[in-house]
Amino acid sequence: MKILVCISNVPDTTTKIKLVNNNSGYDKTGVQWIINPWDELALTRALLLKEEQGSPITEISVINVGTKDTEPTLRKALAVGADDAIRVDAEAKDAYYVAAQIAEVVKNNGYDIVLCGIESSDYNGSAVGGMLSELLDVPSVSSVSGLFIEDGKVKLNREIDGGTQVLATETPFVAIVQKGIALDPRIPAMRGIMMARKKPLVVLPPADIEALTEYIDYEMPQAKSACKMIDEDNAGDMIRLLHEEAKAI
Amino acid sequence: MANIQYNPPDHYLVDDLLSDEHKIVRDATRDWVNRSVKPIIEEYFEKAEFPRHLVKELGEMGAFGPFIPSQYGGADMDYISYGLIMQELERGDSGIRSMASVQTSLVMYPIWSYGTEEQKLKFLPRLATGELIGCFGLTEPNHGSDPGSMKTRIKDMGDHYLLNGAKMWITNSTIADVGIVWAKDDEGVVRGLIVEKGMKGFTAPETHGKWSLRASITGEMVFEDVIIPKENILPGVKGLKGPLSCLSSARYGIAWGVIGAAMDCFDAAVRYSQERTQFGKPTGGFQLQQKKLAEALTEITKAQLLAWRLGTLRNEGKSTPAQVSMAKRNNVEIALNIAREMRQVLGAMGITNDYPMMRHSMNLESVITYEGTHDVHLLITGAEITGIQAYK
Repeated sequence: MKILVCISNVPDTTTKIKLVNNNSGYDKTGVQWIINPWDELALTRALLLKEEQGSPITEISVINVGTKDTEPTLRKALAVGADDAIRVDAEAKDAYYVAAQIAEVVKNNGYDIVLCGIESSDYNGSAVGGMLSELLDVPSVSSVSGLFIEDGKVKLNREIDGGTQVLATETPFVAIVQKGIALDPRIPAMRGIMMARKKPLVVLPPADIEALTEYIDYEMPQAKSACKMIDEDNAGDMIRLLHEEAKAI
Repeated sequence: MANIQYNPPDHYLVDDLLSDEHKIVRDATRDWVNRSVKPIIEEYFEKAEFPRHLVKELGEMGAFGPFIPSQYGGADMDYISYGLIMQELERGDSGIRSMASVQTSLVMYPIWSYGTEEQKLKFLPRLATGELIGCFGLTEPNHGSDPGSMKTRIKDMGDHYLLNGAKMWITNSTIADVGIVWAKDDEGVVRGLIVEKGMKGFTAPETHGKWSLRASITGEMVFEDVIIPKENILPGVKGLKGPLSCLSSARYGIAWGVIGAAMDCFDAAVRYSQERTQFGKPTGGFQLQQKKLAEALTEITKAQLLAWRLGTLRNEGKSTPAQVSMAKRNNVEIALNIAREMRQVLGAMGITNDYPMMRHSMNLESVITYEGTHDVHLLITGAEITGIQAYK
């Protein structure tokens, strides 16, 4: 059984974003790049499944649609424990473009389980996983917080309002995972980093696919206004300020 | 997914000088520190207790002996990777970095460099995983900067040696399974030997009352007619060159490590100076606060470049002990100054354990003295310039 984990290369979550080029992009100088946190948890779960005694998982691959700059992120995935990596050599233009590129690779390689993070922490589109399953015409399960293989059968947990839904599905399928799929992302060990040197990182040319949307402009959120403290003896001021300044009442 | 805020300063884009692998090594160690050290370290420091459970994690991560060949349990890494691991560990705490420094540079390094194949296979893999803890005995109660005058002796008894003497200020001595001890033989030549836990006549009392490296164990090693099997001698080196080469490796790690402590203090101070408001504006908007922050960033940047260049030279086999001395001395000094200045940026809040400055300051008071004092390192540079040794 082969697992493919889709990896998005995103700025570290503490990065301060500065817009450039008439707000059409952001300054990437000095940005620390990481594996999208949800994808990292998906990879961790895949590794745990493979390490289970008698596990049917034979191979874990990771894939990213991106330029050469994203290779360190794939190398990290290899260091954590993925067996091989694939980079589709193209700018990730939009969600459809990424999903369609990954779909081409999946069709050619026959993965049994495809894992996607529920969203990426940069653009938060939450679209690639769903599009991918549609393009592949395979089942998809969203908001997956548990993935188990028992007697060769796949079971998935989804968190629902007030409880957990348990689903079964046939392979191949796409699971769109959220927090809970693994407790903590696995940190690569030095020996893993060393072994990653020899693991394959295959670069594929992109398929001839057109993006459906175009990013043209970004806006930074408005700065939060300062907090006004009101003395407890003058509680009436709060009503006045809410009325006159905030115009909330 | 660590939710600890940290914006590491990199004003000269030193990251661009690192390979992808270096960055993965650095980030992995940083993530581990965020997960396993940051949340607990203030408590252990306050209790003056070594977080011993971290030894296994450090071993699993590969923080012990990263540059040792993989056939002995290492990771075949270069010296910049080693330096980056030290930097990130010391951002957590100098005591945690000391644990990894001692294990790597003062225990694994001499066994790897001067030991027999049997010694390497017996000890190195288990030191790499943390199954065994090591310590290093050179300094004596009356011989610190002058180790050549050591009193500890081994006497050749035919089929074994008899070890007598005492060592002081030994990290991990009370919990160590293996000690690399330096002693003079019957001819007065310094030799390295492996002392193992449980050997009769070997005791290791703990040193209490430290106001520094409180999350690290320090103790003595006392030897009274300890029988040392001949196969426990390190055959590959004679003279002070042995321990001094170990110290060069450890000092190299310190030159990187203390940058982590400085970066941690700087990062906390920058964030505080933007959040704390006085006279209607952030304290970071006042010139005297900016002076402190700007000087700190300048010194961190210089230290980063010094460490990177030294690492490159070390990878090429070209670094000299005098170059290591300069980097250790400079970087510890700036880190200590930055810890003190950044504490001031926080005003009164800086003295609490909500922030790392006081702990780093207290730790760095040890680091500026151990592994060659601040003054002796200056005199090593002086000797390099003039050819005259002023420390004798």
